[in-house]
Amino acid sequence: MSHGTLTGFVTGIGILGPGLNGWPDSRPVLCGSVPWTDAPTQLPPPQQLPAAERRRVGPSVKLTLAAGLEAVAQAGLEAAALPAVFSSSGGDGQNCHEICEVLASTERQISPTRFHNSVHNAASGYWGIATGATAASNALCAHDGSFGAGFLESLTQALVGDTSVLLLAYDSPYPQPIHQFRPISHALCVALVLSPALGPAARARITAHLSDEPPEALTGPLERLRTGVPAARALPLLALLAAGVPGRTVLEYLPHASLALEVMPCR
Amino acid sequence: MRPVQLTAYTATSCLGAGLAPTLAALQAHAGGLKPCTFETVRLPTYVGEVPDVDAHALPPGLADFDCRNNRLAWLALAQDDLRAAVARAVNRHGERRIGVFLGTSTSGILESELAYRRRDPRTGALPPDFRYRGAHNTFSLAAFVGRALGLEGPASVVSSACSSSAKVFASAQRALAADLIDAALVGGVDSLCLTTLYGFHSLQLVSAEPCRPFDRDRAGISIGEAGAFALLERAADDLDAQAILLLGCGESSDAHHMSAPHPEGRGARDAMRQALEDAHLRPADIDYINLHGTATPSNDAAEGRAVAEVLGAQTPGSSTKGATGHTLGAAGALEAVICALALRSGFAPGGLNTRTPDPALRVNYLLENRRAPLRRVMSNSFGFGGSNCSLILGRAG
Repeated sequence: MSHGTLTGFVTGIGILGPGLNGWPDSRPVLCGSVPWTDAPTQLPPPQQLPAAERRRVGPSVKLTLAAGLEAVAQAGLEAAALPAVFSSSGGDGQNCHEICEVLASTERQISPTRFHNSVHNAASGYWGIATGATAASNALCAHDGSFGAGFLESLTQALVGDTSVLLLAYDSPYPQPIHQFRPISHALCVALVLSPALGPAARARITAHLSDEPPEALTGPLERLRTGVPAARALPLLALLAAGVPGRTVLEYLPHASLALEVMPCR
Repeated sequence: MRPVQLTAYTATSCLGAGLAPTLAALQAHAGGLKPCTFETVRLPTYVGEVPDVDAHALPPGLADFDCRNNRLAWLALAQDDLRAAVARAVNRHGERRIGVFLGTSTSGILESELAYRRRDPRTGALPPDFRYRGAHNTFSLAAFVGRALGLEGPASVVSSACSSSAKVFASAQRALAADLIDAALVGGVDSLCLTTLYGFHSLQLVSAEPCRPFDRDRAGISIGEAGAFALLERAADDLDAQAILLLGCGESSDAHHMSAPHPEGRGARDAMRQALEDAHLRPADIDYINLHGTATPSNDAAEGRAVAEVLGAQTPGSSTKGATGHTLGAAGALEAVICALALRSGFAPGGLNTRTPDPALRVNYLLENRRAPLRRVMSNSFGFGGSNCSLILGRAG
């Protein structure tokens, strides 16, 4: 690890978003060989949860379970053994809206389930219940830079802890009236398993450092998705991973720093 | 792993603004909980409110970040020359090499709760002065603090409910170890709002009297608010014996339930064991444990089991939430600073409000302050979603 530069390996990829149903189907879309269809995100029922919990969860939980389990399976690992980093700009916006609405009414009776689902780490909590994962799990936010923050946190944890780490970056739209102020366009989750060393599952080596460069824009309609969903700021990286070619990209992170990534395929 | 030093730290809670009044209150065994008169909230409960938070305006040019939470952050940062210490760290390392890792559970949600009362009756629209990014969004705290102090390294907010601002110490420790940064401003700020007051009430977890951690008749939490910060740097070679070090961190997940702890305290136990392992210490090396001790029947029972299993029944412990209230996403950082004060001043704070420690919990629960030359202490923070974090702090000498 040289000064300010982190190097690790992507060993699993999962994605669920509009017209992006899993990595195998999304790969040609991200490469540009199949056109992107702006169709609503298909959220699968969270079968891994006990029935009582299944009815109570919002889109964040469905997104992270689907994309997270895809990435973990691809890496050939057990979800139960992996530390995880959840990163989202807003968590479950519908739940937040309904709490604010009740608190502005005269009775102020919040439902207990709504309240415990309002924590930013709700998806992390349900992930543990669904998969039995008892390792460290983080829940981060960095507004539009939430993917970048999650990426740095999980890669750092992988390298320092010498362990694979599951990163889940996800967002879903707010309903009105918040949507007008924070127009997140779609529900989307990007999941990556990041590992400290080269192994049989390694797909690409990634070197990351902070940069002054402007973030890379995508060409074509996917650019609308990249800017419309904070977690989709990861798309330029996914496009490189999908193409399976060496390359370099710059992702949006903080107002004063972007995240420069060099990608070298392993197979 | 090279030890990490708390080169500066501060805390503001209902005990007072800054270290001096906080220490004075703890040494006098005095608390800050009062009957709740916050905003329009009419609930039969006590809160740890910081006086006059709203009187502390944000610095010029940062009005976009205005909310109670950031005002409390700014008030806390104004104590104990913390801003000057951060400025010196910027001179030493450069603004790009200082990370900002802060915890909050509710950020500026109070602003949104109030804005929802002012929706357009015809369209349902929020008032045009609603500020999503500066107040509502969870990252607002770190964005504000980073801007106000001119820090340009990696930044994130950890929002894992009541473990948030303990976990930031672990994130900073890793970022230092990976050489991503040379220093980190860590901490936590959470402020009173309707979501948590009515939310915990809906779960029937709020006490009608000042909370009584580990008491036989404990009946729930008292909610508080606080801002606490620490500047973390790699420890120098020639350390003062009084220097406060972060010796170890442990993090785990219950994988059990969203709002109830694992009944056997499995996650708590794992976090404490990992912290000991990380610090290369044995259970007997811990001189005092600052318990999570929220005073709900199930939380204290689970933690009591875990503490007895990991540390045994002898280690003196207490929850300082009887004095400060449960400051939720700020609790981890506030209690880490209280641990630093305990180490520096040589006393283990006794818990407030507890009359009869629950005989079912095999913990050496302190009811009075105890003078003792503490060398290593543990602080527990556990949150909704089964998120657990234990920290070990110590004196260098």
